[in-house]
Amino acid sequence: MRRFPTLPVALALLAVALVLPFMMTGFRLFQFTQVFIYAIALLGLNILTGFNGQISLGHGAFYAVGAYASAIMMDRWSVPFLLTLPVAGLLCLVVGFLFGIPALRLEGLYLALATFALALAVPQILKYFEHWTGGSQGIVLSKPDPPVFLGRADAPLGLKLTPDQWLYFVTLAVLVVLFVLAANLLAGRTGRALVAIRDNAIAAQAMGVNNALYKSLTFGVSAAYTGVAGALSAGAVAYVAPDTFNVFLSITFLVGIVIGGLASIAGALFGAFFIQFVPNWAQEISKAAPWAIYGIFLIVFMYVMPRGIAGFLRLAWVRLARARAGTPARA
Amino acid sequence: MALLKVERLEAQYGWIKVLHGLDFAVEEGGITTILGANGAGKTTTLRAVCGMVKTSGAITFDGRRIDGTSTETLVRLGIAHVPEGRGTFVNLTVEENLRLGAYARRERANLAADFARVYQYFPVLNERRRQLAGTLSGGEQQMLAVARALMLRPRLLLLDEPSLGLAPMVVREIFRIVRTINKEERVSVLLVEQNALMALNLADHAYLIETGQVVRSAPAAELQKDDAIRRAYLGY
Amino acid sequence: MEILFQQIVSGLATGGIYGSLALALVMIYQATDVVNYAQGEMAMFSTYLAWTMLNAGLPYWLTFFATLAIAFVGGLVIERVIIRPVENAPILTIVIVCIGLLVILNSVAGWIYSYIQKPFPSPFPERPIKIGNVVFGAHDLGAIGVTLVVLAFLYVFFRFTTLGLAMRAAAQNPSSSRLCGIRVGWMLALGWGLAAMVGAVAGMMVAPKVFLDPNMMAGILIYAFASATLGGFTSPGGAVVGGLIVGVFENIVGTYIPFIGTELKLTVALALILIVLVVKPSGLFGRAAVHRV
Repeated sequence: MRRFPTLPVALALLAVALVLPFMMTGFRLFQFTQVFIYAIALLGLNILTGFNGQISLGHGAFYAVGAYASAIMMDRWSVPFLLTLPVAGLLCLVVGFLFGIPALRLEGLYLALATFALALAVPQILKYFEHWTGGSQGIVLSKPDPPVFLGRADAPLGLKLTPDQWLYFVTLAVLVVLFVLAANLLAGRTGRALVAIRDNAIAAQAMGVNNALYKSLTFGVSAAYTGVAGALSAGAVAYVAPDTFNVFLSITFLVGIVIGGLASIAGALFGAFFIQFVPNWAQEISKAAPWAIYGIFLIVFMYVMPRGIAGFLRLAWVRLARARAGTPARA
Repeated sequence: MALLKVERLEAQYGWIKVLHGLDFAVEEGGITTILGANGAGKTTTLRAVCGMVKTSGAITFDGRRIDGTSTETLVRLGIAHVPEGRGTFVNLTVEENLRLGAYARRERANLAADFARVYQYFPVLNERRRQLAGTLSGGEQQMLAVARALMLRPRLLLLDEPSLGLAPMVVREIFRIVRTINKEERVSVLLVEQNALMALNLADHAYLIETGQVVRSAPAAELQKDDAIRRAYLGY
Repeated sequence: MEILFQQIVSGLATGGIYGSLALALVMIYQATDVVNYAQGEMAMFSTYLAWTMLNAGLPYWLTFFATLAIAFVGGLVIERVIIRPVENAPILTIVIVCIGLLVILNSVAGWIYSYIQKPFPSPFPERPIKIGNVVFGAHDLGAIGVTLVVLAFLYVFFRFTTLGLAMRAAAQNPSSSRLCGIRVGWMLALGWGLAAMVGAVAGMMVAPKVFLDPNMMAGILIYAFASATLGGFTSPGGAVVGGLIVGVFENIVGTYIPFIGTELKLTVALALILIVLVVKPSGLFGRAAVHRV
């Protein structure tokens, strides 16, 4: 069975992505930037939940930590935007790892509950530490400017970037780096260990996989990814406030990875498109009860593609390959 | 007269075909055994008869075609299946397990009599009737599984590897009871077993299957004397 | 001292409501390994239907039982029509369907009935009841009574009837249940129906206290999670007891610790969830899951 030509497809998509910002205006561009940000966040969650089987209903918390870390650094200490990204990532890596340790004791439903409680608590905690976080009002930021050499009229190649375009490219670059990194990690021994732990933790342990270490580290890495996404969003939205990071955000992330496809890197991207654009479409279809339409979308999607978009495409590819090879594809 | 007649049975899990055209029958009032190594398709055969796997071919029970019928309906027709691994309700009491065995029966009037009968065959279940089934030993759970099947007053009893994980003494006891039930209650038995020695002692007729096909069909006594079979399946 | 008793009784009343919803959650969880996130919204919607009937002039208790019947049928239909297509799908897929259901019910309720709060009547007299030196709200006592009756009914049903036994069996071991001739799909549907019914009772008992609005049950659902976590997701009785404890605890904390307002009360519930999960994940009465290797 021929392997799916991932690399050519990815490169083609990348080419398209590089050209898009010059064809779109402000708001549309912002939406696409937001899609990429979500994709990074969703990949983080997918690594933990899809590949490693640890259900988290609280990833909004790490997104918030990343966003606020970046915001506070930019606002108080005038740290350049780009520098806040790795710092936020590192911070979330540590926080996630620390959270992963007590989480080792919790399975399935109980882990979901614990992370759910965490997600609910986030807005309260953010409002409580007013001195740092600016309380209910949050922190207003100014959008990061592109570096001087790209912002001037006489920029190289005539490429003068607006702040929106600059943010788009930064996000795209971070996305590519993080996605490639994840792909490499997950394709090798690490990925196999993660999946082994998910599918049969006891057997994995018996075969010498250090469950505790892997699970905690996975939590950390997952949090780091989502934290970086949060930091990017601080720049893109130029505003952070506690109520943005409520439990709905965490639930939206979960929706994103299930719809996109668990245990799939591409799934993170599909899911990101869904959670960014479908609520808007729902609004267009019905002003009166848009969320009802969204709910219907969710349910119908799950009927048609129970394993998400990525799962559906995978199945389609297999059937196609079998048909071409002459084996009758059975139901 | 054959109570159960199976012709050209094929079965698959998803894309993987496991049975490639089986033919066998269970005589009314008889004990038939299906033998074979691991992976030969024995458990799948029973599950196919029970409607738990996708099949093609003809399955006839008491003169009527039952292929494609759902498991729940087959139970009502009088087919009781004791699955591999017992399938007891571990968080319910012994008594509750037995009550569930009789769930499908139309006339539930004589439940007390059925309990008495079953406790007579398996006195240990009476002692433990208020205990949670999960606290019973492996042998006791196997007895409970058979007893539960009996509560249905089945015409055909399907036993899937009852000897699995049990001490030989316990297995002998259970087989002895199965023989008694077969004789006294006219319950036909289809026994799937890996333990060929004990199965051939119990059964009237035997089928040997290998990778989803019948390779030999003969009266049990004949197979017991057959050298080739002994070497292949009994190891001496 | 009187205040303490009052707060305890009041806490038991709300606790009974939390426990009822927690019971509904646990019933479905035990049968399907899925937490029905839409349980609260189903209860809210049932309460709105009751409101419609009351508004049309129907007497209270007729409405009450009619709502129970409608909720039962509604729960059953939802399971057969909406959940059934994904019942063999991965758990998270079913979770998303439940979330979809939650969102639909909330949105439709808001659309039909608007987001303006509406008063909902209590069947119990306005006048407080005096027992000894202490004054209790009649509704609180009534709510406790109704909760107890519903729970007693369920207990008897599951413990002593054949159908109840079959439902328990289907929840624990679907494949063996089929071998006993039990139609597992319909048992699940019945479970959803009963759970919806219990939720409707909870909704109708809480609405007089907090006023009816589409987001009424959201906070209560969280308390229900806390209750089920405390009591144990594998123990229906535990869920109810957990609810009572949470209700009383919440009231006492709210009364005696001054800086805990409504917002922080929720945090208290969350802290409770986290503490229980860290100390004993299976809850007070739950069984630790035993995995056979």
